[in-house]
Amino acid sequence: MAVSGELLDDGAPRVLMAKTSLDGHWRGINVVSRALRDGGFEVILAGMVTAETIARVAADEDVDLIGLNVGGRVEVVERILDTLQEHGVDVPVIAGGTIPHYAVERLTARGVRSFPPGSSLEAIVACARELTRTTTG
Amino acid sequence: VPATVLAEELLARALAGERRALARALSAVERGGLVPASAALLDAAAGRAYTVGLTGPPGAGKSTLTDALIAIERAAGGRIAVLAVDPSSPYSGGAILGDRVRLAPQHLADDGVFVRSLASRGHLGGLARAVPDALALLDACGWPTILVETVGVGQTELAIAGTADTTIVVVNPGWGDEVQANKAGLLEVADVLVINKSDRDGVARTRADLVQMLALGAAGRAWTPPIIDTIATEAIGIETLWTAVAAHRSELEQSGALAERRAAERVSAGCESRSP
Repeated sequence: MAVSGELLDDGAPRVLMAKTSLDGHWRGINVVSRALRDGGFEVILAGMVTAETIARVAADEDVDLIGLNVGGRVEVVERILDTLQEHGVDVPVIAGGTIPHYAVERLTARGVRSFPPGSSLEAIVACARELTRTTTG
Repeated sequence: VPATVLAEELLARALAGERRALARALSAVERGGLVPASAALLDAAAGRAYTVGLTGPPGAGKSTLTDALIAIERAAGGRIAVLAVDPSSPYSGGAILGDRVRLAPQHLADDGVFVRSLASRGHLGGLARAVPDALALLDACGWPTILVETVGVGQTELAIAGTADTTIVVVNPGWGDEVQANKAGLLEVADVLVINKSDRDGVARTRADLVQMLALGAAGRAWTPPIIDTIATEAIGIETLWTAVAAHRSELEQSGALAERRAAERVSAGCESRSP
């Protein structure tokens, strides 16, 4: 057990990456997870899980950020945001994948940063850094 | 709010059974941030949990076995916690913690299961530096059985043996084809040996090699590690494995080795980890 006065290791920021659609497309989430790892993040992969499970895992793993892979249906993301709120999980959320333009606006209104097709990995990592800066010093 | 007060308040809530507080306290432990008073509080409450380590080469099936062991313990009505360690990148310090992908969805949503992923953060030995303190915390918070899954190990990452009460070493058919000397270290720390993916060719040969290796070190040992065939993806052999772990536990309890172990842990917690 460490004692007070010892130099604290702030550690890497922790990100939960989850898939929100049933499709078999793992490539997006894998590529982004790898980029985040290379950017110094600890990436917890949850795979394809329900909104309740995302809330549970985010809380148990005490993550600083949640990344959602979206397969076209923005309603699914909105339900996840509702569930996070219900469970008192106050963690910033970013979303990537096939997000239509109208959906980007809807998600922005809920405080979610969206990365539709064509977004660069650099932009995603930079955003993740910005959103986790306060929690990781 | 001073950090000291926060840590103690957090710990009190965790000890009272608040799951979110436990999660945050684990983060504090990972940062090395619990204060001495908290450590004393932990020591007072700890010492009841049984810790089972799962180790073996990358891809041997540790995460899938973890999933199967959670299932069997939950079916028996026991609550179970898991610490899953994955390697940090030496270049970026980042890590992919992917062990949850192998866990069944019902375990992820189960109140009787608590899984925490840890990155090794440059710590050697196949574990993360925070593992002993994280174990003490889970123990003190009333988790009766704790699985510790190591990173995929080679010949020297054997810290799990000093950490777990029972160490399960997982290998696959064909593993016995390597140079014998390579296997010695990993085999020496095994309390229970598992040949996972036992539907593949080469089980008999691997078993024969393991038996031979074990015989070499058998002199003076009170416990002979059993060798168990499993197919984790189909939950085959899991009951036999869990029964073997229970048998090893009984042996440790009856011989007094477990009590000695607990006493030694208290001493090392007082002398080593507690000094600045």
